[in-house]
Amino acid sequence: MKNRYYKYSIVIFLIFTFFIFYYGLKEKNIYTPDDIKTKKFPNLILNDFYTNSETSFDDILIGSNYYLVNIWASWCLPCREEHPYLVQLKKNSSIKIIGINYKDKRDNALKFLDEYENPYLIILTDNNGMASIEIGAYGVPESFILNKEKKIIKKIIGPIDKKKFNEIKELIKK
Amino acid sequence: MILNYLGNFALLFCLIISLVIFITSISSLNNKNFFLKKNLNELLFFKFFFAVLSFSSLIILFVISEFSNETVLNNSHISKPLFYKISGTWGNHEGSLLLWLLVLTFFAFFYYLNSKNRPIDERLLTILFQEVIILGFLFFLLKASNPFNIIYPVPKEGLGLNPILQDPLLAIHPPVLYLGYVTTSIVFSSSLAGLIKGNINNLWAKDIKKWVFISWTFLTLGILLGSIWAYYELGWGGFWFWDPVENISLMPWLSLTALVHCVLALEKRSILHSWTVILSIITFTLGICGTFLVRSGILNSVHTFANDPERGLYILFFLFFLIFLSVFIYFIYEDKFELNNKNLNLYTKETSIILNNWFVMYFLSVILIGTVYPIFLEVLSNEKISVGPPFFNKLIIPFLIPFLIFMSIGPNLKWIKNNYFSKKLKLIIIFILSIILSTLVSKFFGNTALNITILLAASFYLFIITIKDLIKKGFKNYSQTISHFGFSLLVLSILLNSIFSNEITSNMRVGDEIKFSDKIIKLEKLENTTEANFLKLIAYFKIEEKNKTELVLEPEIRIYDKPETITSEAAIKTDIFKDRFLVINLVKENEYLNVRYQEKPFMLWIWISAIIISLGGIINIFKKNEKQIL
Repeated sequence: MKNRYYKYSIVIFLIFTFFIFYYGLKEKNIYTPDDIKTKKFPNLILNDFYTNSETSFDDILIGSNYYLVNIWASWCLPCREEHPYLVQLKKNSSIKIIGINYKDKRDNALKFLDEYENPYLIILTDNNGMASIEIGAYGVPESFILNKEKKIIKKIIGPIDKKKFNEIKELIKK
Repeated sequence: MILNYLGNFALLFCLIISLVIFITSISSLNNKNFFLKKNLNELLFFKFFFAVLSFSSLIILFVISEFSNETVLNNSHISKPLFYKISGTWGNHEGSLLLWLLVLTFFAFFYYLNSKNRPIDERLLTILFQEVIILGFLFFLLKASNPFNIIYPVPKEGLGLNPILQDPLLAIHPPVLYLGYVTTSIVFSSSLAGLIKGNINNLWAKDIKKWVFISWTFLTLGILLGSIWAYYELGWGGFWFWDPVENISLMPWLSLTALVHCVLALEKRSILHSWTVILSIITFTLGICGTFLVRSGILNSVHTFANDPERGLYILFFLFFLIFLSVFIYFIYEDKFELNNKNLNLYTKETSIILNNWFVMYFLSVILIGTVYPIFLEVLSNEKISVGPPFFNKLIIPFLIPFLIFMSIGPNLKWIKNNYFSKKLKLIIIFILSIILSTLVSKFFGNTALNITILLAASFYLFIITIKDLIKKGFKNYSQTISHFGFSLLVLSILLNSIFSNEITSNMRVGDEIKFSDKIIKLEKLENTTEANFLKLIAYFKIEEKNKTELVLEPEIRIYDKPETITSEAAIKTDIFKDRFLVINLVKENEYLNVRYQEKPFMLWIWISAIIISLGGIINIFKKNEKQIL
């Protein structure tokens, strides 16, 4: 009898653990390390995609409550996935979208923008990828959301999907 | 391009062969004369062969920087050195799973070749369980994390650019750890098979012992390498941070350590059957559980970024499938143990092994709770916390003291019966000696905390006794004495290291001097050099000690030019008795440098003792079997 109870309790405990883990996975898991949260976006100087003139981030990051810096390339497939969300986000007046074109051919990038609509206010080019390293990017696509003080408040690794899109909308509402 | 397909098809072939083995081994369990028994060898070999093919195609893809492959694209870069291109193969999620599979298939094949003296039923069942695990990994690889996804148009440059992750230790640390994890799968499968067939006895223990020791040795070395990496790369002089990912590698090691002792008791005395089986199950499931926790991103840790909940879900289901499978098998066949009611005397090796088990189980549960408690809390109450070193220190240190004392006495007892009192006097004398020694050490260095003094006494006790055993027993049981000696050295070094670590922080200009105990630290000069994409500022420090040679340390600051990114490269000077650790930082708008100098005694001995511990394991793997004491 005693034997049976201990078997039951072990099985029940394991099932309980399973559900905890299961719901743990479903939880929002946006985790931004503290040092990124307080990190100021570096003031880089890059060439403008259209005019090729030198532009510094300090000149661009003015006059909005939030900024989204998006690193993209025409050869990057996930960038196409996230593109519609960026276009949608463009309609939101409280955020400015700035693109960094990463290691791309100019013709391909232009074709990409023609085909899918241009969501960016300004596009800068990063031909050798150095600027993206300095910003602290892991890969393409990657997005940084900055607040008024040019501090990074959120970093999105990989494409923006529906869930992340809603998170961004929540974030800039406040 | 063609290699992408080759790798992918090799994986599919693996899957087909695995299914064939799975189905036919089920049918040959009922029909003993099934054709399979003869061909199983070849099938297992071919499966291994295809896994090798798949893995080598991935390596070649990395070497030639073929960015049409998504894994290569995300984790490599043309300008990476060749060594890191190759190690990049298993430095990412997909590649590391492929490595798991490769090692799994190899060990399945190797087990079957080397288990000819076991009953054929048991071998087939072991292979069957092994096949369940392999199939789980194969489905996971092909469905949720295929390393051979193709990208079109082909990008011209890869994305694996972070130079910080290029470290030789980081390249060899995961495969060593994996070898340890994967070998526990053989122990797991074999113990389930033995359980079903009622074969768990001293002969089984004798055969499985080798596998237990192989996996224990690899795990020990793997953890050591990870720890060394943390010291040099992340380190502000620390080597263990109680980070969830570190804990996860420590938990299977603890249960495996208990298993090592249980297997020996089972072999020598035919006791602890159920302990052995349960520990085999726990060890393996903890290994998979670790993979789940790390890969799913459920934990907040420095090691986990860019993760995928879908993958987590798959591993979770697979993990609990294995857990429930083994738990039910255990409940059903539990009665099959050949129990013999041997009376356990208090002063025997058996009793101390059981005691050791309970202690290890306690340490294991503390670490397990500390690691998964944040998840439970977050799900149940939406609160986010992280459990840090104080929790572990508080709960582990008090129990470490009796544990160390029992560990000193236990190996000196005999199996079955012991005339304990003959040795009592000697043990007591050593005990008093170590108390005096630790009091002296504490007094001399001005440490008066009582609990630390007692802990120090206990570790001195273990240290002296293991040295005595090492000398006295000599070659009789040297794998045990060496490992135990290594462990005592480890505890002692960690303890002395944490007590006597010393540091000074100060702001200095060129020409400044600071005093640190009996030394004078002098900032001699600064030097600027320009490197490819950063500016290097080298500071030359001279450390003068009375009546001793001078020491020059050269820490660096690197200033990456475009944005002002500043990194510090510490200067570490390793000596036999202490490490000297010097790091500088720029003070803003000032000509001063912020200087942090640390002296960490016995750092080197922590690494050495871990090597000694695993040396004991290696010796046991190659040792010939001893006689039975029944």
